[in-house]
Amino acid sequence: MTRGPLDLVRARPEPPFEFSFDGEQLTALPGQTVAAALWQSGRLAWRRTRVGDRPRGAFCGMGACYDCLVELDGVPNVRACLAPVRPGTRVRTQRGDGHDELR
Amino acid sequence: MTNSADAAGDHESYDLAVVGAGPAGLAAAASAAEHGVRVALLDGAPQPGGQFYRQPAAELRAERPQALHHHWSAFQHLLARLDAVRERVTLLSDHHVWSVTGGSGAFAVHALTGPDQRQARSLTARQVLFATGAHERQLPFPGWTLPGVVGAGGAQAMLKAGLVLPGRRVLVAGSGPLLLAVAASLTAAGATVPLVAEAAGYLGYARGARVLAANAGKLVEGAQHGATLLRHGVRLRPRTAVVAAHGTDRVEAVTLARLDAAWRPLSGTQWRVPCDAVAVGHGLVPQLELPLEFGCHTRRLPDGSAALVVDAAQRTTVPGVWAAGESTGVGGVQLAITEGELAGLAVAGQNTAPRSLLRRRSRQRAFADLMAARHAPGSGWTQWLDDATEVCRCEEVTARQVRDAVAELGAADQRTVKLLTRAGMGWCQARMCGPAVARLCGAPNADRHDDGAPTRPLSTPVPLGLLAECDTNAPSSEGAPR
Ligand SMILES: Cc1cc2nc3c(=O)[nH]c(=O)nc-3n(C[C@H](O)[C@H](O)[C@H](O)COP(=O)(O)OP(=O)(O)OC[C@H]3O[C@@H](n4cnc5c(N)ncnc54)[C@H](O)[C@@H]3O)c2cc1C
Ligand code: FES
Repeated sequence: MTRGPLDLVRARPEPPFEFSFDGEQLTALPGQTVAAALWQSGRLAWRRTRVGDRPRGAFCGMGACYDCLVELDGVPNVRACLAPVRPGTRVRTQRGDGHDELR
Repeated sequence: MTNSADAAGDHESYDLAVVGAGPAGLAAAASAAEHGVRVALLDGAPQPGGQFYRQPAAELRAERPQALHHHWSAFQHLLARLDAVRERVTLLSDHHVWSVTGGSGAFAVHALTGPDQRQARSLTARQVLFATGAHERQLPFPGWTLPGVVGAGGAQAMLKAGLVLPGRRVLVAGSGPLLLAVAASLTAAGATVPLVAEAAGYLGYARGARVLAANAGKLVEGAQHGATLLRHGVRLRPRTAVVAAHGTDRVEAVTLARLDAAWRPLSGTQWRVPCDAVAVGHGLVPQLELPLEFGCHTRRLPDGSAALVVDAAQRTTVPGVWAAGESTGVGGVQLAITEGELAGLAVAGQNTAPRSLLRRRSRQRAFADLMAARHAPGSGWTQWLDDATEVCRCEEVTARQVRDAVAELGAADQRTVKLLTRAGMGWCQARMCGPAVARLCGAPNADRHDDGAPTRPLSTPVPLGLLAECDTNAPSSEGAPR
């Protein structure tokens, strides 16, 4: 098995839990942000841009760029790199300005 | 320290409010409190430590967090000192300060807190210290908006806090000493780093031999990163840049090119390297929204960015306002701690700082200036751009649109380009595109803040309702991002 970040710092996390991303069940570790949990699942994109409809995900990783905006439990425009993921959280790809579905 | 989610009530008052609990803010709070000052220490992050000592989330229960950090013991020492004066230090984590008002003797500090950062909390303080750190300077290139292209500091932050990697094969590129630290952490955490592309040359360091010799600790740190990289077979290529990233829904490869001294790509030197992520950054830029709002004066650093002017006691040009750490010039963790110590002592009225501390500060500043000069972006990077490259990520404004605004519509500064193209008008408020746009409108070596129009009113988008009720604790439900 390849050594990963968890082995490196000898993390003994609390048990993983499930959350959903665009209807699919994924697992996360307690303490991770939405962006970290999505990275862990191999996903890098969870937003489509307003003008060019292009995929985006986390860029600055520290709350400054707003590229990682996502829809969280029905609320759009949440920064995935700051928001903690919780059991049962429903995460959805954000399209446009986050209110497209309402139009 | 009291960690006071419980100490509610919005008219708490303190002698000193420290904004930012990174190395500088922690050191300042400790040294001030050790001399009797009552301190509120606010930080937007869930845990203290700032960028350098970013800790894994507590629930991840890391037994050896130090595996991702140098100088972990220095951090433990700072926390222990704060604990010893805990009756005088109130740590307010998860408190993002969006505005500071008032003046010397009576400042009001306004923060957003709560699970979704939509609750207001204000406190008053007789003096304020900004230890708000820096963010990464980004320079665009074709394909840099593809998922998988991430900030080098951002990759580091996600790794340290969330214990995750953006991919298995992560190319590291840009400029500055942070790249080595990032490459070392990524490889230690199991990623393959095919290459570290550094746009500057390393030869220039030789010209600062005396400064280097006086900062042996820094060299040891660099050598440790170097040793980690050697052990993992990671190559460092100076005078090399990623000039394009390729892929459709995520990055799959990059094109690298050799650069001349002005960072112009040399023709015929391009080659392609496959990867599933790119960690990129071109140095750090002081984060100055709050102090600029206050009218603190800035100076130009050797790499063109703006930093706060401070005197020997770390006082800014505004009475009652102090600054320490990267906000006064990017210089790394040790300089940040030294400045924090000095600021804390001065706030406490200890007018004779130990000479050893003062000497350490000037030695570390000399090193910082050398670094900044060595890694200052060369003007030739704009040749990486093609017409379709998005310069402003938020508003999706292309290089072509910015160039047209400059060439055809006569825009001569960032503000005019912004009005004409919307570049810099989005949520990040030009944090990502500012340096690039400034250079595209002709300022050869300038970052944002530079056109004399520095003030962006708020350091974070604030729910509108809060602006009206910023003195109350009432939550608001406007739809600003969080
Ligand atoms: C993304 C990133 C990653 C980095 N990684 C490394 C690394 O791995 N190794 C290394 O040697 N150096 C790293 N650095 C450089 C590092 O910033 C310095 O070495 C050191 O941390 C500077 O200390 P500081 O206290 O001045 O600032 P910081 O450590 O940046 O601390 C500033 C603190 O202020 C807080 N803050 C800012 N604005 C507000 C506000 N408005 N309200 C509330 N809180 C606020 C931030 O949350 C942060 O905790 C990194 C820098 C960045 C930007
Ligand atoms: S990744 Fe930049 S704000 Fe979240």
